[in-house]
Amino acid sequence: MKIIVCVKQVPDTEARIRVAPDGKGIAEGELNWIVSPYDEFAIEEGLRIKEKKGGEVVLVTLGPDRAQSALRSGLAMGADSALHLKDSSFEQLDTLGTAWALAAAIRPLAPDLILTGQQGVGGDHSQIPGLLAEILDLPQVTMAVKMEVGEAKATVEREIEGAHEVWETSLPAVISAQKGLNEPRYASLKGIMAAKKKTIEVRDAAALGLKPEDLKPKTKVVGLELPAARPGVKMIPGDADAQVKELLRLLHEEAKVL
Amino acid sequence: MATIVTFAEVREGKVRRPSLEAVSEARRLAGSLGATVQSVLIGQGVAPLAAEVASYGADRVHVFDDAELASYATESYARALAQVITQEKPGVVLLPYTAMGKDVAPRVAARVGAGLVSDVVKLEVKDGRLEARRPVYAGKALATVRWEGEPQMATLRPNVFALGTPEAARKYETVTGSADVSTRRARVQSVQAAGAGKVELTEAQIIVSGGRGLKGPENFHLVEELAAALGAAVGASRAVVDAGWVDHQMQVGQTGKTVSPTLYVAAGISGAIQHLAGMSSSKVIVAINKDADAPIFKVADYGIVGDVFEILPKLAAAAKEFRSGRH
Repeated sequence: MKIIVCVKQVPDTEARIRVAPDGKGIAEGELNWIVSPYDEFAIEEGLRIKEKKGGEVVLVTLGPDRAQSALRSGLAMGADSALHLKDSSFEQLDTLGTAWALAAAIRPLAPDLILTGQQGVGGDHSQIPGLLAEILDLPQVTMAVKMEVGEAKATVEREIEGAHEVWETSLPAVISAQKGLNEPRYASLKGIMAAKKKTIEVRDAAALGLKPEDLKPKTKVVGLELPAARPGVKMIPGDADAQVKELLRLLHEEAKVL
Repeated sequence: MATIVTFAEVREGKVRRPSLEAVSEARRLAGSLGATVQSVLIGQGVAPLAAEVASYGADRVHVFDDAELASYATESYARALAQVITQEKPGVVLLPYTAMGKDVAPRVAARVGAGLVSDVVKLEVKDGRLEARRPVYAGKALATVRWEGEPQMATLRPNVFALGTPEAARKYETVTGSADVSTRRARVQSVQAAGAGKVELTEAQIIVSGGRGLKGPENFHLVEELAAALGAAVGASRAVVDAGWVDHQMQVGQTGKTVSPTLYVAAGISGAIQHLAGMSSSKVIVAINKDADAPIFKVADYGIVGDVFEILPKLAAAAKEFRSGRH
């Protein structure tokens, strides 16, 4: 089985976000970068399928030079090879443009399965799986918390509001991973050493055969700001009985939420 | 005349509230844009629901009513929506940011070549164009986004856009849609419902969340009992989800759910930055923690420094009494 896993490098979830001087992006200075946690579930699932059925796991990322370290992390977990899509024109891409670039890289590989995280932590768009599936004309199942890959088909449990849906899809398909799908492994020292020798191929827009009109953004971030500070806390004094009584009174009379 | 198209999501024979919020918002925008509102209903036996959708502001309802559409399938639903968009050429398309809306919207966007902005919490009309606000980094920052070209497509966060007042007598027309639903390479085989009466976190008006201060999974019932007394959904911090006390579906914060309820009660949660990101847009926040210096108090409106084992049962009992006294 040829399994593609799309990976995004994102700021650490514990990181404090600061706005860049241009007022549109984040200040990258002191940030610690990680593989988006949902993509780790996708990598892990890809590796488990490979271990069961044989084949290969190929990582694909789109991003600047620093994104290579996300690929190395995935290779250290056990992926076989990686593609790094990098071009100065990619900086302005929106979700649709990113999906076109990923699709151009993935199509010639003719994979049996494409795995992604259910969203990239940070951008929080949750769009790439569906965009990619439509562009590649493949079926999709998103928010997978359980999956079983059979012959040319997969059964996938998907999380929805207050329930789980059980889906069946033909393969190839795009499947996005939600937390709960698995517990990602830690890279072993041996894996980290081996990853250094694995190939990361770099492709630019021309190599991918992308036309400027595919990449023209249809949405643009025009401003980024930190949320307004909260009004401040009113501490409720007294013993437990007094605190509880006063809290209910405040929620009812002052905040009017009860 | 400009057109706004909305997707009305149906589950178990009912139009879900986040879609009615989307119709309500479309109606508000329609005033500024001089637009008509058209909604799309897809499923089996959904035709009678058109009146309810119209009562919130739709002038025209496209109904795709077909046995083949009884269970949700991304491809066929996307095809139906894309067909309405191609035909009506709307300036704006709104979907709810629900499990179904999140799943189908990108597929439709790629199909019609639309710019899609996810998880929007505010829409404004500026010079005849839309401007959207959306939280990024799970709410650690807010982005302002604009579109190039049309349609301007957005998914709206549930629980944020006010529901309009339905007018049962509103005039509307129904259009019978038909789409090629033959290709459904992925489809729902069965649905396993969670516990009956369970309130979905992202759509709950009140949430009670528990953290490590509960000391162990055997004490989490204290959080659940307070939630039950308040008619609230139950949430949890990442620490207790990762420790295996509760299911990950209950996690609030980055890598969990971002929520905006009217009231959020954090019990025994210290307030790690990734948790604060996911809940600090709640209208009113109550924090109960034994540590007066816990970061959770920095975002709270009301704080109680105390023992959750003492406070939670007393609060549950008092809340139960309070609510029964009002009904």
